[in-house]
Amino acid sequence: MSEDLKAAVAAGVIGSEETFRSLLQSVVEVARAIFGAQASSIFLLDEENDELVFEAIAGPGAETLIGQRFPSSTGIAGWVLVTRQPIVIEDVTEDPRFAKDVAETTGYVPKGLMAVPLLNDERVLGVLEVLDRPQRTQFSLVEMDLLGLFANQAAIALDLLRRARHAEAVLAASGEGADVLARLATTLESLDEEQRAAGLRMLAATEEVLKRNEGG
Amino acid sequence: MAQPDPDKEQAPPQELRPAWSLPAGAGADISLPVEWPGEVTRDWAWGGSTGKGVRVCILDSGVDADHPLVGKVEESVAVSLGENDEPIVTADTEGDLCGHGTACAGIVRSLAPDCELTSVRVLGAGFTGSGDILLAGLRWAVEQGFDVVNMSLSTTKRQFAGILHELTDRAYFRRTVLVASAHNMPVESYPWRFSSVISVGSHEEPDPLTFYYNPDPPVEFFARGVDVEVAWTGGARIRCTGNSFATPHMTALCALVLGKHPDLTPFQLKSVLYLTSSNVGGGR
Repeated sequence: MSEDLKAAVAAGVIGSEETFRSLLQSVVEVARAIFGAQASSIFLLDEENDELVFEAIAGPGAETLIGQRFPSSTGIAGWVLVTRQPIVIEDVTEDPRFAKDVAETTGYVPKGLMAVPLLNDERVLGVLEVLDRPQRTQFSLVEMDLLGLFANQAAIALDLLRRARHAEAVLAASGEGADVLARLATTLESLDEEQRAAGLRMLAATEEVLKRNEGG
Repeated sequence: MAQPDPDKEQAPPQELRPAWSLPAGAGADISLPVEWPGEVTRDWAWGGSTGKGVRVCILDSGVDADHPLVGKVEESVAVSLGENDEPIVTADTEGDLCGHGTACAGIVRSLAPDCELTSVRVLGAGFTGSGDILLAGLRWAVEQGFDVVNMSLSTTKRQFAGILHELTDRAYFRRTVLVASAHNMPVESYPWRFSSVISVGSHEEPDPLTFYYNPDPPVEFFARGVDVEVAWTGGARIRCTGNSFATPHMTALCALVLGKHPDLTPFQLKSVLYLTSSNVGGGR
């Protein structure tokens, strides 16, 4: 990768993780609000370690659970991930094993949950869960479709986050130079038009000096 | 380990079935295994059947054999990856790792009480390699010659589509009926999209024997899939929604029909389901 290209990529990458995390957070907040649920969360599949990771949470546990991990193919989230099938369960606490497992992981035991796989083309990126929606009415297929729509949005956000992290890792591995260029590019982006023009003139002059030195 | 059903390997005799071509005038000599009535009704299709003698395989998260709604499980195996990442099939000692397999087994048992149930667990060995495990589980089920295989699962990986297609065709020609959950999201996934399987989506009605034929494929049938009371791990009963619960309803119907007409081919079975569906035969 040329240094110019690295700088361009870096400018796009630096700070983007925060933006994409906000997008994921927004998805779980809206999902919780639309379904009138107690909580909603997104799990990212960490393929390297074969684990599911809490990536965004709206509701109880939001402060402590982010980053917690568990095996990728057990429990309801694991089933959804492996089978690519959405599922809606009411009264899950009737299953003592489920309640114990979840309580140990999260400290919060839901009574019901909806879980849907996050799919981007042929990749499965994670799982979206909506916990404890009010049980005033029977679940309908319309709600299932709505859940699918949210899953699409969450999958796109999760894909962006995954790409940003990958790009950051590539940049980090390609040395300090790219990092400096990335910071410069980001700083330039934040300046007003006049300052940016001055900055660009200064950089152009620096480039000329460097090229002369290189030639001599 | 279950032995392949000898009847499935041998019957009906090959000489009664033309293989690749049909000589002139030989059409009348084709021996059809089942005589069809003038009108195919539910009573003809499965009246009096309990699914007895029909071998049903639940390809899922394992089955909790101690659950009163599940009853006897003939055999439980688990598919995992060996030292060189080759899939291996061993006796399952862990049971159901999620609850879903138990739910499916309970639904099948509730409608076809005397069918024989076998569990093939394809969950629990990690997400990585789960596609290979799913394929190995299905291959094992087809080799064992089960009459019906319930697959409330799918894969989105295109690299598996070709092999899955071959496997589902092999099952079709060997008279193993695969019943697979359709996706209710706009993604390409397999094997439910293949025409050699019976693909199932959900309707919202509470009657377990109400099912609809869908003339607008790829989903072929809609069965009860909303707010279904099911068996779950730990002896629990819970209420669930999803195509993955509609699928075992169709699996059970297949077991009922095959219990009464064991010689039906998958094509004939599908035709019987079409003719007896609630929107074609009026549920009669």
